Amino acid sequence: MRTLIALILMLFAAPVLAQSALPPAPYADRQLDDPRLEAKARDLMMTIRCLTCQSQSIADSNASMAGDMRSQIRERIAAGEDPEAIRSWLIERYGDWVSYEPTASPILWPLWAAPVILLALGFWLMRGRIRRRKASS
Amino acid sequence: MSRWAIWLPLGLFLAFFALFASGLLKPDDRVIASKMVGKPIPAFTLPAAASDRPALSSADLATGKPRLLNIFASWCVPCAAEAPQLMALKQAGAEIDAVAIRDARADVDQFLGRWGNPYARIGLDARSSLQIAMGSSGVPETFVIDGKGTIVHQHIGDIRAEDVPTILEKLKEAGR
Repeated sequence: MRTLIALILMLFAAPVLAQSALPPAPYADRQLDDPRLEAKARDLMMTIRCLTCQSQSIADSNASMAGDMRSQIRERIAAGEDPEAIRSWLIERYGDWVSYEPTASPILWPLWAAPVILLALGFWLMRGRIRRRKASS
Repeated sequence: MSRWAIWLPLGLFLAFFALFASGLLKPDDRVIASKMVGKPIPAFTLPAAASDRPALSSADLATGKPRLLNIFASWCVPCAAEAPQLMALKQAGAEIDAVAIRDARADVDQFLGRWGNPYARIGLDARSSLQIAMGSSGVPETFVIDGKGTIVHQHIGDIRAEDVPTILEKLKEAGR
């Protein structure tokens, strides 16, 4: 019985290792009332990288800083700001690192060129094969 | 097909192998430096975070004399660890302002009572908005701000004893 009471009490204990005593920011875990604006905010949040849990987007992360970023993004989108403007505002502060969306900067040109180059290579190999088969038959 | 092309797959394999091996062996670097270094500090006004220190706004950081801006929080363990180094910086003549992230006044008062208070002004950033605007990625961090309000240096993580001379040097450079 005593164990049971202790277990039940544990349910109400505040997490000892919580990152902050403050409640989360107003829109950290609350959707915007307008579904169109919420969809815009969600699309942006899915492609912004969390600074605390660096392999997660802020939409997926439980870090309190990610919560503050979500709240700020939702509030700014509700105020009529363009998602791409918010993205570039963040990139100005944290660098390209913070966005999961590849940009057109010169360092990424090989990435954009890779599909074209690989396709061309494939066609070239295929042409060689077809020619050889014709020659042998 | 020419002869050398036979070696192409092996060559590609070795190139990728070398790429992945170097990625695995290289130590992980998770530090994200702020891109705001060299730019003016964003305009802000924050309420006071502690009972016995005034509030902080961007105008307080452009007084003609270089200052340190320490980003800390009462819930942050490394922030307590760097307290003696901040005291040493203050004793060496540095003027330090602070921003408490996601904090409450009672907690800040308790933290400063326990670990010492080297700060002139402390602003409360309850929603991390200044932290995000400055490109800071965590607590603690320390920025060197020159007399005109431009960010000239960012120290990420707690200040260790061996970092104190570097920060004093950056402050001196900012004053020139």
